[in-house]
Amino acid sequence: MKEYQTITEISGPLVFAEVDEPVGYNEIVEIETPDGDTLRGQVLESSEGLVSIQVFEGTGGIDRNASVRFLGETMKMPVTEDLLGRVLDGSGNPIDGGPEIVPDERIDIVGEAINPYSREYPEEFIQTGVSAIDGMNTLVRGQKLPIFSGSGLPHNELALQIARQATVPEEEEEGDDDEEGSEFAVIFGAMGITQEEANEFMQDFERTGALERSVVFMNLADDPAVERTVTPRLALTTAEYLAFEKGYHVLVILTDITNYCEALREIGAAREEVPGRRGYPGYMYTDLAQLYERAGRIEGREGSVTQIPILTMPGDDDTHPIPDLTGYITEGQIVMDRDLNSQGIEPPINVLPSLSRLMDDGIGEGLTRGDHGDVSDQMYAAYAEGEDLRDLVNIVGREALSERDNKFLDFADRFESEFVQQGYETDRSIEETLELGWDLLSMLPKEALNRIDEDLIEVHYREEEAEAVQAD
Amino acid sequence: MSQAEDIESVDEDGVIESVSGPVVSATDLDARMNDVVYVGDEGLMGEVIEIEGNLTTIQVYEETSGVSPGEPVENTGEPLSVDLGPGMLDSIYDGVQRPLDELEEKMGSAFLDRGVDAPGIDPEKQWEFTPSVAEGEIVEPGDVIGKVPETASITHRVMVPPDYEGGKITSIEAGEFTVEEVVAELESGEEITMHQEWPVREARPAAEKETPTIPLVSGQRILDGLFPIAKGGTAAIPGPFGSGKTVTQHQLAKWADADIVVYVGCGERGNEMTEVIEDFPELEDPKTGKPLMSRTCLIANTSNMPVAARESCIYTGITIAEYYRDMGYDVALMADSTSRWAEAMREISSRLEEMPGEEGYPAYLAAALSEFYERAGLFQNINGTQGSVSVIGAVSPPGGDFSEPVTQNTLRIVKTFWALDADLAERRHFPSINWNESYSLYRQQLDPWFRENVAEDWPERRQWAVDVLDEEDELQEIVQLVGKDALPEDQQLTLEIARYLREAWLQQNAFHDVDTYCDPKKTYRMLGAIKTFNDEAFEALEAGVPVEEVQDVDAAPRLNRMGVAEEWNEFIDELESDLEEQIRALY
Repeated sequence: MKEYQTITEISGPLVFAEVDEPVGYNEIVEIETPDGDTLRGQVLESSEGLVSIQVFEGTGGIDRNASVRFLGETMKMPVTEDLLGRVLDGSGNPIDGGPEIVPDERIDIVGEAINPYSREYPEEFIQTGVSAIDGMNTLVRGQKLPIFSGSGLPHNELALQIARQATVPEEEEEGDDDEEGSEFAVIFGAMGITQEEANEFMQDFERTGALERSVVFMNLADDPAVERTVTPRLALTTAEYLAFEKGYHVLVILTDITNYCEALREIGAAREEVPGRRGYPGYMYTDLAQLYERAGRIEGREGSVTQIPILTMPGDDDTHPIPDLTGYITEGQIVMDRDLNSQGIEPPINVLPSLSRLMDDGIGEGLTRGDHGDVSDQMYAAYAEGEDLRDLVNIVGREALSERDNKFLDFADRFESEFVQQGYETDRSIEETLELGWDLLSMLPKEALNRIDEDLIEVHYREEEAEAVQAD
Repeated sequence: MSQAEDIESVDEDGVIESVSGPVVSATDLDARMNDVVYVGDEGLMGEVIEIEGNLTTIQVYEETSGVSPGEPVENTGEPLSVDLGPGMLDSIYDGVQRPLDELEEKMGSAFLDRGVDAPGIDPEKQWEFTPSVAEGEIVEPGDVIGKVPETASITHRVMVPPDYEGGKITSIEAGEFTVEEVVAELESGEEITMHQEWPVREARPAAEKETPTIPLVSGQRILDGLFPIAKGGTAAIPGPFGSGKTVTQHQLAKWADADIVVYVGCGERGNEMTEVIEDFPELEDPKTGKPLMSRTCLIANTSNMPVAARESCIYTGITIAEYYRDMGYDVALMADSTSRWAEAMREISSRLEEMPGEEGYPAYLAAALSEFYERAGLFQNINGTQGSVSVIGAVSPPGGDFSEPVTQNTLRIVKTFWALDADLAERRHFPSINWNESYSLYRQQLDPWFRENVAEDWPERRQWAVDVLDEEDELQEIVQLVGKDALPEDQQLTLEIARYLREAWLQQNAFHDVDTYCDPKKTYRMLGAIKTFNDEAFEALEAGVPVEEVQDVDAAPRLNRMGVAEEWNEFIDELESDLEEQIRALY
């Protein structure tokens, strides 16, 4: 390992050094400052005689005499099952005062793409206990389903609720016979969140005993921004190891992707790259895809990686590059809504712009229930119609609307206040969710249920409910 | 693309100078533009994209972590090519035509490793070759000399490569051959195998391009009924995320009445490709009853696979499509999504520090797009047969804004535009194709076919539907202000009719066993049933029946069940007569 004292330029998070032997692209670098601190970085560009290095901890304290060591390998994550229950910093070093980590393996954090031929299509229903998700935007194992939120909205509460409640119903019934192969683990990757938010997560993990089956990676708001580009990769490498080597069903929560993208932009600007939309680098789609695509199932392997990334949309604008590119890669999105939040709906999920692309294959007879798809479609259509009518009511008043229209308005109101509203501690089974759905749909006349199979209407439609509405 | 057979014989002729992501520059490399090279100790595949003095710039199709200056670069001296021959159907390739199943086996892992290569077509598999010409006959470039049963539904036609001279056949025989073995010899000394190579960036030659007059029937009501595409035509499907681009593309790949389907997943989701791989072998082609996979070639370059291979996968796909066109087949190519392809160009271009055009895209974006779409068309092939390549490209505009460069440059070229609409998708109206914004410039030239093969008054009936939907659009603006009940009765009825057009006819459930595919005749009859309701209802209205009573006849909601009716002819017959009877009973 050769040491150099040849730094020629320091700019933002980047250091340029002259070298006399070839250095590999993406190789890890250690820089020792005159004060004796060791900083870590990564080779961003390597040419004959000159390399540019991105320093994770920031370049503070580095001067021309700092010594630069090239470790001759790309960044690796030491992995072992013993990581469960541990809290690490954004670079993967333990910060919980526990023992040193003795790795079973050291795995490259960049990760290789899963061969699409080797994937198994995800279609195992995960019950989150949240009606707006289970009923309307079902999550399945191996999916990547982000939460699109805004500043000040309770996305953390929702993420925690999902982490607490997520189960796969059939397996519970089957009992203990395959307990070994299908344990559940949570990987939490925090990027640039505040200490307070971090405490919120940690306290909840400790309160519910979830910490034992979790690995926490913490990059806080005052930690170096560049480190944020590494944190999610460490988290996902750990997740892949636990899932595909050790057979765990891993739920990865990454928060907040917006901070991650800001870090990408910062590095791009320091390298004087040609910027893309709103100053974000042109390769952001590829970069984000390299995170999100590390979710899924592999044929013949027990475990799975399910991702719930959280991002706060700047200005609640879903056309902003961060949510926009994310939406093009992920398999749907759960959208939090400011209006619903101010009405006190918990969780304030707006189902209309929300979507789960893998829902159709994860629900139905034998998976959830035969009427699930139709009920969900019908509720979407009815809620959308009710929403439209609200604008009209503001102008002409309720009296000017027909009886049919009034029913749709009532439906939309009750949908929000009874179906979506449930609080962060309530855990509803899919049965309860669907029955609740029928309670609400029965407010509408039978003929208006044009998305539901006639036989199902016969079985589930509640005549009493319809009559009660009639009597009102 | 196969790795140069004997790599040892190639000179180690270059040295890496610098590495930045997928872009590598090398010195002392003796190469032409677009030559394929192997980079570094691991032999990563790349392509020459710029030559400046002694410095050659290469885009690398694999991840470059750990590659360092000083490592060697080897030139194959060949441009990026695909292997063409039997065995391409029922296969799944990555962006540079490496079979993904083969890669899994070679790498022994579910993850894509680097530096592993595999030939595009299996060199060892034996194929049953039957000559269709005899010794002594004269053949010209492109001529079919024999047949190979490739899959259950497709016969592969072995052709004289277009760059051969041709001449008298001195020997040809039937039997079992591998793709490398010679099946025929010509007097000129040329030897013909079942295997051709063709550079991907060059269109395969054809005699003449003709005006297409036959529709590519898709079994999707809104497409066949309102915005048809021709066999040999081009179409774009732009839409924001979640609006159903991929489902529409999958539906086309499943049900379009092409002979061959080439599906290019360019920079999209891994799980979506897996869905295709799992679904297609189980689905039946409605035309032949054989598994859909036996007419399909998949090219998958997911969003996390190397960006340079994403740039090339579109070309790989269209070259394969052209090869089957040369055999006289109708080929449909779906590219999902062309925006990812354009972004790959942008990424490479920005690493080359080229002067950017609009929104950072390279200045040659428009040229690259039009060059690609021009490879579609109905062709008179050089061997006298007629074949077509239809291209359907999904576009993913940032923020759903159609004014961005990729959408705009695409719209300047394609003749069919299926605009996906986030509002429709939100209310789960699928396919969420906006009927006011979309268009097809093929309508006129396809009308004779529809008149002859479906119904004499097809264009007139379509026009009726378009008029009702247009009128609804105008009326909705008023309804937004004053409410529906303030409208005169005839306009209220029009709104009701339009609602049935939208909900019963335009809307189609891709996940319903029956509704997923709709025969054009059924499309026509469903529209007819709604028109019957319309005509009867308006007559009743004129006779003084209140609009509520007309709308609320018992049979009317059954219009919504037409799509899922299996015995649709009987169902619609009965429905039409019930409608007539019940409405006439009102006055």
